[in-house]
Amino acid sequence: MTSFHFIDRRKNPKGKSLGNRQRFLKRAKAQIKDAVNKSLRDRSLKEIDKGEKITIPSKSTAEPRFRVDPNTGEREMVHPGNKEFAKGDKVKKPPKGGGRGKGKEASDSGDGEDEFQFTLTQEEFLDIFFEDLELPNLVKRSLKEIKSTAFKRAGITSAGSPTNLNLIRTMRNAHGRRLALRRPSTKEMNALKERLFQLERISQPNEDEIAEKKSILAQLEEMEARRRWAPFIDPLDVRYNAFEPTPVQTTAAVMFCLMDVSGSMGEREKDLAKRFYMLLYLFLKRRYERVEVVFIRHTHHAEEVDEETFFYSRQSGGTVVSTALEKMMEVQKDRFPAGEWNIYVAQASDGFTQSGDAQRCVEMLNDDIMPISQYYAYIEILDERELEVFSDADSGAELWRAYRTFAPAWGHFAQTRIAKPQDIFPVFRELFAKDKREAA
Amino acid sequence: MGQAAEETTLLFDGADWNFETLNNTLNAIEDIALNDLGLNIYPNQIEIISSEQMLDAYSSHGMPLMYKHWSFGKHFARDQMMYQKGYSGLAYEIVINADPCIAYLMEENSMTMQALVMAHACFGHNHFFKNNYLFRQWTDAEGILPYLDFAKKYIAKCEDQYGLEEVESVLDAAHALMDQGVFRYNRPPRLSDADRLAKMAARAKHAETTFNDIWRTLPDLEVEEEEEMEERQAEVRNIKLPEENLLYFIEKASPVLRPWQRELVRIVRNVAQYFYPQKQTQVMNEGCATFVHHYIMNELFNRGQISEGAIMEFLHSHSSVVFQPEFDDQRYSGFNPYALGFAMMEDIKRISEDPTDEDREWFPEIAGRNEWREVLKDAWANFRDESFILQYLSPTVMRNFRMFAIADVAKESHVHISDIHDNRGFRQVRERLAKLYDLGMREANIQVVAADLEGDRALHLRHETHNGRKLDTKTKDAVLTHIETLWGHEVTLDEV
Repeated sequence: MTSFHFIDRRKNPKGKSLGNRQRFLKRAKAQIKDAVNKSLRDRSLKEIDKGEKITIPSKSTAEPRFRVDPNTGEREMVHPGNKEFAKGDKVKKPPKGGGRGKGKEASDSGDGEDEFQFTLTQEEFLDIFFEDLELPNLVKRSLKEIKSTAFKRAGITSAGSPTNLNLIRTMRNAHGRRLALRRPSTKEMNALKERLFQLERISQPNEDEIAEKKSILAQLEEMEARRRWAPFIDPLDVRYNAFEPTPVQTTAAVMFCLMDVSGSMGEREKDLAKRFYMLLYLFLKRRYERVEVVFIRHTHHAEEVDEETFFYSRQSGGTVVSTALEKMMEVQKDRFPAGEWNIYVAQASDGFTQSGDAQRCVEMLNDDIMPISQYYAYIEILDERELEVFSDADSGAELWRAYRTFAPAWGHFAQTRIAKPQDIFPVFRELFAKDKREAA
Repeated sequence: MGQAAEETTLLFDGADWNFETLNNTLNAIEDIALNDLGLNIYPNQIEIISSEQMLDAYSSHGMPLMYKHWSFGKHFARDQMMYQKGYSGLAYEIVINADPCIAYLMEENSMTMQALVMAHACFGHNHFFKNNYLFRQWTDAEGILPYLDFAKKYIAKCEDQYGLEEVESVLDAAHALMDQGVFRYNRPPRLSDADRLAKMAARAKHAETTFNDIWRTLPDLEVEEEEEMEERQAEVRNIKLPEENLLYFIEKASPVLRPWQRELVRIVRNVAQYFYPQKQTQVMNEGCATFVHHYIMNELFNRGQISEGAIMEFLHSHSSVVFQPEFDDQRYSGFNPYALGFAMMEDIKRISEDPTDEDREWFPEIAGRNEWREVLKDAWANFRDESFILQYLSPTVMRNFRMFAIADVAKESHVHISDIHDNRGFRQVRERLAKLYDLGMREANIQVVAADLEGDRALHLRHETHNGRKLDTKTKDAVLTHIETLWGHEVTLDEV
């Protein structure tokens, strides 16, 4: 007989090809990044932290080989499944791409296909998403982290650490076991010993007494033996309190996305705003069990809309920012009572509003909104030229200047101007810093 | 059959397997394989793996160890998606031509499937690897795993030393030439060239003893020693043009490659050479394994060692393995090597046991002699796909597959049916089909025709066209760019 070896490899470490995958992602980085950025536009805020199927052009990762062009020369083939052909027949060629089923031949290595499709994991996706935003490493890590856990009671176990010993259960078990095994009690034994002692004191015992003494001694010996194999506490009796890690139940948060959708907000501006909202969403998602998102868009009047409409439909009209704040308060009062919800507000705008309106906004913020919100982030989206002009923090559009005046009074108000994705993070810096302090 | 079933006990019952049932089943299979079929095999090493590990193995040529390269990551990413979305299943097994012969079984397989897979891989493929002349002559079953281990470490070391990009650009270029990186007619030098390995070990030892932090840049990989260079140049002078193995020629004669880059090219070339026999024996190799598992499973059933449920399950998956879609079917992508190989081998058995007059006329030397075991073993040992089809494709098989031959001129709107499965056409159809399995015909025939090593150092390649079939220009240009990376000077290619 030949010798056989069965080897169970199932427990071997997985991900042997991880190094290959990293090399592949690196190789196709530029294309993958494009694809991720494109998919940011198509994916909704709440799906931001899911893995994603992405498609990249296969050119960057082509593996060319010399290949004979099927459209040249002539060739002879043999096929199975003849039905009606006879020698000498002429048969019209099937249309390109169909029929002869050459599909598999050119599948991956040639440039038979123009696109290559695969799935990015959540982590890989977020890595690429974060790359543009230039997040500090600590923040990246904390955003990818799975939510925190706390230990909760989970009944009783028979194994555990001594600090978790459950005395009552242990003693109760021991007691039950002692009863069941009829362990002689100390009291019983003491009574017998007492009697024995009395008997021994008799100087000249009669036969009955000698017999009794013997029987007591025998009894005592048996009882001792019994006590030895039915100990007072046996390892079997010991019970521990069990604890299980469970996700922390934090209260819910609601995130209000306010955005100016008047004509001046173009594709680029909205794209930047979307990243801004996504980042805040990720942050909230990690801290709260339940996160609701409310989209409010405004021109000269405000309305609550769904995400699709929020980012992609256009509206014309003037710009009155305070209408959005009013709408937000209305929704908040209606559905998200401040006692039950943590309220976060993220506002994006190009900074213009009807004259006089800015002052009204500040009043509303001061009186109604700031007292009930956890954090209020305002971004003003400019193009890069404008950013240079407004390099001084004190100058700027009306809304900006108005916010500047009251911001210092509130610690949880942040405002910044952005023109590029990497400008977004600073507006959240305070928010993440606070979180870090709490975690430490 | 019914009586036998009462006497012998079943090897297993139900779908679950454990190591005991695996072992008992393997012993029963081995009994049939060695004592009935008379197979001659390498010792088996059977490894149980999870589906995820199967995917891992998939992406790097199915080898248990392989150097790292992004293209394997790309294949993995695609296979993983296809698998997760349910577009494609995984193979039930992977088997590696090594001594001992390594077979992977997936843990998800039912016990019946494990039996099928063991018969298929551990006896069918194993016998073929050990006995077929191409594998015996062209691959080194003992040396492959140690060699890949060396290759993996060597490439990792180069990545540390010279950076990922440098290593990648050489590997990318060498990969592009893998089809043209094999010796087709001369026997290649052995993988585990004892001399060379000894030399390397000595060098490594020398480096260790004279270790000095300042010289950490591994000068031995960077600069060629004089003696080595002379040796290599002598080898170059010995190469007679035209040379069909482009990777070999470039490795030896490239004016720009540094020693470690030559070693990388050699690694890719050796891997290509190792897989070359597999490409030439798909029909035979799969046919052999399928024939063996079919015979063994039926025999187990006849002996009452597996239940009716198990044989039904086996037949179900066996028939999907040997399913041949017809040319006008959506699923058609050429002949299914399992189907063709199995049908031919079953037919050899039939001709040997119960021939018709036609068979006696076509195969007088085997018809009716009842020696199919010997005939098959001889075929498995001494043929490759092309010669096997030419020798043994019978009219019965051609009829059953309803084969027809066509002539397809690219410029014309119609194809011409040149022959079909009738008495007038059998020989031509058979010849045509055999030719399709000739790799020399299937792959572009490209050779080095001239290289001016003293002068302008231009490298001239020639594509010998066949029936006016030219190279696809897009891939041609991309591959030429890769060759220029390796050669460092002008590279031209003409097609004649």
